[in-house]
Amino acid sequence: MDMFLSQMLNGLQLGSIYALVALGYTMVYGIILLLNFAHGDIIMVGAYVSWLVMAQLGLSPVVAVLLSVAACTLVGVLIDKVAYAPLRNAPRLSILITAIGVSYFLENGAQLVFGADAKRVPAFTDLQTIQLGGLSLSFPAVATVLVTIVATVALTLLVQKSKLGKAMRAVSEDMGAARLMGINVNSTISFTFAVGSALAGIGAVLYAMAYTQASPTMGMMLGTKAFVAAVLGGIGSIPGAVVGGLIVGFAEMVVTALGLSVWKDAVVFLLLIIVLVVRPTGIFGRTMSEKV
Amino acid sequence: MASLLSVRDLHVSYGAIKAVRGVSFDINEGEIVTLIGANGAGKSTTLNTVAGLIRPDSGSVEFGGDSLVGVPAHKVLKRGLALCPEGRRVFTQMSVAENLEMGGYTRTDAENRETLEMIFEHFPRLKERRGQVAGTLSGGEQQMLAMGRALMSRPRLLMLDEPSMGLAPILVQEIFDIVKQLNEAGTTILLVEQNANMALSVADRAYVLEIGTIKKTGTGAELLVDDDVRKAYLGG
Repeated sequence: MDMFLSQMLNGLQLGSIYALVALGYTMVYGIILLLNFAHGDIIMVGAYVSWLVMAQLGLSPVVAVLLSVAACTLVGVLIDKVAYAPLRNAPRLSILITAIGVSYFLENGAQLVFGADAKRVPAFTDLQTIQLGGLSLSFPAVATVLVTIVATVALTLLVQKSKLGKAMRAVSEDMGAARLMGINVNSTISFTFAVGSALAGIGAVLYAMAYTQASPTMGMMLGTKAFVAAVLGGIGSIPGAVVGGLIVGFAEMVVTALGLSVWKDAVVFLLLIIVLVVRPTGIFGRTMSEKV
Repeated sequence: MASLLSVRDLHVSYGAIKAVRGVSFDINEGEIVTLIGANGAGKSTTLNTVAGLIRPDSGSVEFGGDSLVGVPAHKVLKRGLALCPEGRRVFTQMSVAENLEMGGYTRTDAENRETLEMIFEHFPRLKERRGQVAGTLSGGEQQMLAMGRALMSRPRLLMLDEPSMGLAPILVQEIFDIVKQLNEAGTTILLVEQNANMALSVADRAYVLEIGTIKKTGTGAELLVDDDVRKAYLGG
């Protein structure tokens, strides 16, 4: 029973990280219809910043968390300004290819600066387990789940209730009409990148907490799986990203628990194939009418 | 008297296609002015250019004495010029209230509350449906919402692009009645229409656009009885 619960918690932990990263994919897709393939690499940036701050500078974990999230936010916004914004009116394929280019740039840039070997990120806290009603639970796992719940609720409130959130929805539905409302479309898109990248920054910290390492290509598989999660849930949908992330996390956990961990990546991509065949719009996705 | 909006020798093209070729017109404070013409005459392009959605190749657009050329659309709105676009383009996944709120994006909540009262007076149906998702409204209701949304910015000049498009005749009449009401309440209106009969009967003055140039101008009443206009736009 204990074993079962702790596996469940692991699935939830991994799924939460996927969910946080998937939210960034889904938000950016929702607003400019771009699959931002560089998004996974933002995680890598965050993990390296955590390593730098704690292992190199010897500063506190709190500083590491703040700087990691800030760095991810900044890098996300910069990528949009430098690489994507000049292509706003270009064909979608051009900007997609640019995103792949940015991804390679970040991965190789990190390798150039930090070397190809993985760096060990120090523990954020000495607290490794917490006791709850006689159960011993992994603290990083519990923290991950709680942080993800808070972040998702905060994001939902932001998008549904705040003025900027409503502007994001307006831009995502009709950019031209949003302009006519006096909405500054460019700054709204920047804001979307900032929020998505900040969530990735939080994901980066939680990931580094669980897996304690940073490497140049760590964002590749993580990002791809979070992308699968976003598609699974219905790309463009915020609840979809969360549900998709949890499904992918649990699927990996189940496969691993069955002793088939070498198959876990394959199972995730099998899920993607099944979704694309059976329900291409994903769980929460709606069929989009082509804009005229 | 200086006009509120003054467009001089406007040229606009989409790539190699010249959509507007030297259009000039004026609108004075308090008027309803209409641009009529066939599909592709350049009416919508003219409005979209004035609103800042498209950059002209050349020519000048002055609003209240200031040039609007090169001013992006979101800043044009702040100067007091709102466009209610062709095809309505309400935010279909947002509620009626949220759509109106977006219309008042550049103004304070207190101002918006006041404006909302005024809009609900002109469009009581929007008040009844304020919680409803805009995509589920009928075409006529969506047109009312699009107009109400444009009015939320309290424009000095309201530009309406084909407000009667796709509406049943009884609704067209209703929309035009509201246009007149709005004008009487102090809003200057630039109306683009294919329904020339309706447009000319409410307009103080009108311009006839053909293939990107102004072919004729006069008061609404004059053009309603003009032989060329009757033949081309009013069905004989």
